Amino acid sequence: MIISVASGKGGTGKTTVAVNLALCLEQAQLLDCDVEEPNAQIFLKADINDRKPATVRVPEIDYKKCNFCGVCQDVCAYHAFALLPKKVLFFPQMCHSCGACSLLCPQKAIQEIDRPIGEIEIGQRNSIRFIQGKLTVGETMAPPLIRQVKSYIDPAFTAIIDAPPGTACPMVTAVKDSDFCILVTEPTPFGMNDLQLAIETVQKLGIPYGVVMNRAEPDDLRTRLYFKAHDIPVLLKIPFDRKIAELYSVGIPFIEQFPEYRTKFQDLFLFILDSTKVAA
Amino acid sequence: MRLCITAQGNDPEAAVDPRFGRCRYFWIVDTVSGEQEILGNPNGQNSGGAGVQSAQLMVSKGVEAVLTGSVGPNAAQVLNPAGIKIHTGITGKVTEAITLFHPL
Repeated sequence: MIISVASGKGGTGKTTVAVNLALCLEQAQLLDCDVEEPNAQIFLKADINDRKPATVRVPEIDYKKCNFCGVCQDVCAYHAFALLPKKVLFFPQMCHSCGACSLLCPQKAIQEIDRPIGEIEIGQRNSIRFIQGKLTVGETMAPPLIRQVKSYIDPAFTAIIDAPPGTACPMVTAVKDSDFCILVTEPTPFGMNDLQLAIETVQKLGIPYGVVMNRAEPDDLRTRLYFKAHDIPVLLKIPFDRKIAELYSVGIPFIEQFPEYRTKFQDLFLFILDSTKVAA
Repeated sequence: MRLCITAQGNDPEAAVDPRFGRCRYFWIVDTVSGEQEILGNPNGQNSGGAGVQSAQLMVSKGVEAVLTGSVGPNAAQVLNPAGIKIHTGITGKVTEAITLFHPL
């Protein structure tokens, strides 16, 4: 069972939901796939016991063989090459590691080498196995690192993925192949607008979803009517409570001081188990 | 000398386009023959790599100097080793920029 936690808008509470949910389960894996700014560890405080470099394959040109024919520049769909009269310029940050240049170079002058883009950290806190990707500052290719983080998922246990915000490639890469997606939002115009975009994205990916309303106001008729009209399941409401914000500000998962939410998160998990069974 | 000015239009009144990689038109002028060529920028809508592609176009067109508003780091990494001079901060009409830079 893979449950991803995504949002559309940033800062709605993905990490809050992902960490608290993981802490309410008997045994779980928590994967921080927001590799540009991973922050689940601030709250989970796992003991990191393993670190692995994350790399991507990029071309390296052998100038003894290169005759500046320009095929690499022509076949690169991502414009990662520029051809000067006696020089081939390569822009590693634009490379998507598709391998076309090395495959199609008529001189066989291109070989692929590993280029580091970040790091994967693996740790443990009690019964939670924690895996996070850290993209090196200045690097732009989040999806390959997200895929590498996800390769550590052990299918024997529930995996919770803390996804990056937005609806672009990093979010899609993180959410793809999950059995259920929790979309976290807040009752603001931005929150609701970006929720709609996120819903359209997960629908296109064919992933069942439900919404967690964070910073919920009591008697917020407008969002309730919206969810009802669009038949959007609301799994949980987390109130706009100063105490929750204070705990967040000092890195404490709020279930540690609001034990009644333990049952609510467990109910949410049971609901997901039931609804995915129906979907399957 | 072959100059290229980035332009927002292809008419004599056109203003200099402040962007290099994603400009609307490349206005290429031969200061010796006075010959002009106006090219629509094929890279304007690229999702990525517009700077590199546009700089590559300058190389293949034999341009020796670029006049524009600003040039991104990737484009500059192609233009510099190719020996193409970069003049940024250019504003106003394209025709005026050409005259000020190099009276024909």
